[in-house]
Amino acid sequence: MAGDFTSTQPIYLQLVRRLCKQIVRGEIAVGDKLPSLREMAIQVGVNPNTVQRVYAELERIAVVETRRGQGTFVTGDHSRLRQLREELMENSVTAFLSDMREMGFAVDEILRSFKEHQASD
Amino acid sequence: MIDKDDTREVVMDNMIVSFQNVSKRYQMQDGVRQLSFDLPAGKIIGFIGANGSGKTTTLKLMAGLLRPNSGQVVFQNRPVRRILAEHIAYLSDTDAVYSFYTVAEMVNYYAGIYRDFSRDQAAAMLEFMQLDGDQRVRALSKGNLGRLKIVLAVSRQVPLIVMDEPLSGLDPLVRQSILKGLISFIDLDHQTIVLSTHEVDEVEPLLDLAVLLDHGVMKAMDYTDHIRETLGGSILDWMKQALV
Repeated sequence: MAGDFTSTQPIYLQLVRRLCKQIVRGEIAVGDKLPSLREMAIQVGVNPNTVQRVYAELERIAVVETRRGQGTFVTGDHSRLRQLREELMENSVTAFLSDMREMGFAVDEILRSFKEHQASD
Repeated sequence: MIDKDDTREVVMDNMIVSFQNVSKRYQMQDGVRQLSFDLPAGKIIGFIGANGSGKTTTLKLMAGLLRPNSGQVVFQNRPVRRILAEHIAYLSDTDAVYSFYTVAEMVNYYAGIYRDFSRDQAAAMLEFMQLDGDQRVRALSKGNLGRLKIVLAVSRQVPLIVMDEPLSGLDPLVRQSILKGLISFIDLDHQTIVLSTHEVDEVEPLLDLAVLLDHGVMKAMDYTDHIRETLGGSILDWMKQALV
């Protein structure tokens, strides 16, 4: 169980990110119901309180909505999900670029490497 | 960086257990000294420390099985006495089961002594844990004995469940299946779980709060999310830092 998480970040944040990726990929579809707190806790091997925090955070960023007595659902708002997709890309690219700059790479070098990868794909 | 002041960061909402300057001395071995902390209700709380750090003594004091030499243990705003132990389930790290019973007889025995014992929950847990009611306790593997003890403790519908080293000596696969069983059957809306362990890595995803003991003294106490946010590391890193 512990192996599924890195030790450097709160587990709830890692789960928020994991679920966002699954939603953006469409693995969890628009309007889908998420598992109950307990089901999700058992699936990923964490405390139900942690899952509660995950759902609260996803709700705060308007990716899911909780309907009283029914459960937690992925938002039906397509534009929010398109925006989420862009946000995830933006976050990853920013982290990648800062990492590359730390190693002293210039943007045109990075672009050249990108094109080589694209060609070999 | 990390010292006892960290306890102040634990938000004091609804408390279930409070230790107030609790000390317990033994003739021949170390006890605990001047323990003071409050445990919030509805959480899973881990007491972490090496052998001899005072985990078992602390848990027994909490469950009303030991009396402090000084200080006070308070459970739901009342001092802990033997009688209160009725509202606290305690899983000992030694064998609290009778080897001549079958699994089903052991469940019956518990249902007989504890009015709060839920036979329905015990039956569901035995099934989940794939334990055979007809099997003799003495014939159980170590893993299945560990499972049975969890079933017996968690089937009690009590506000506080205290488990001393519930995973000790079990292999990783068994530990994981026991932890999943635990998550499936506890009710954190009405229950608080306190457990001790030296297998920190294995239980870390399960803990809301970690309390670090060392030579009978509390070294640190913090929410696990907060540990990772501020330290950027696991509980193990936090322990190392607190014990330097």
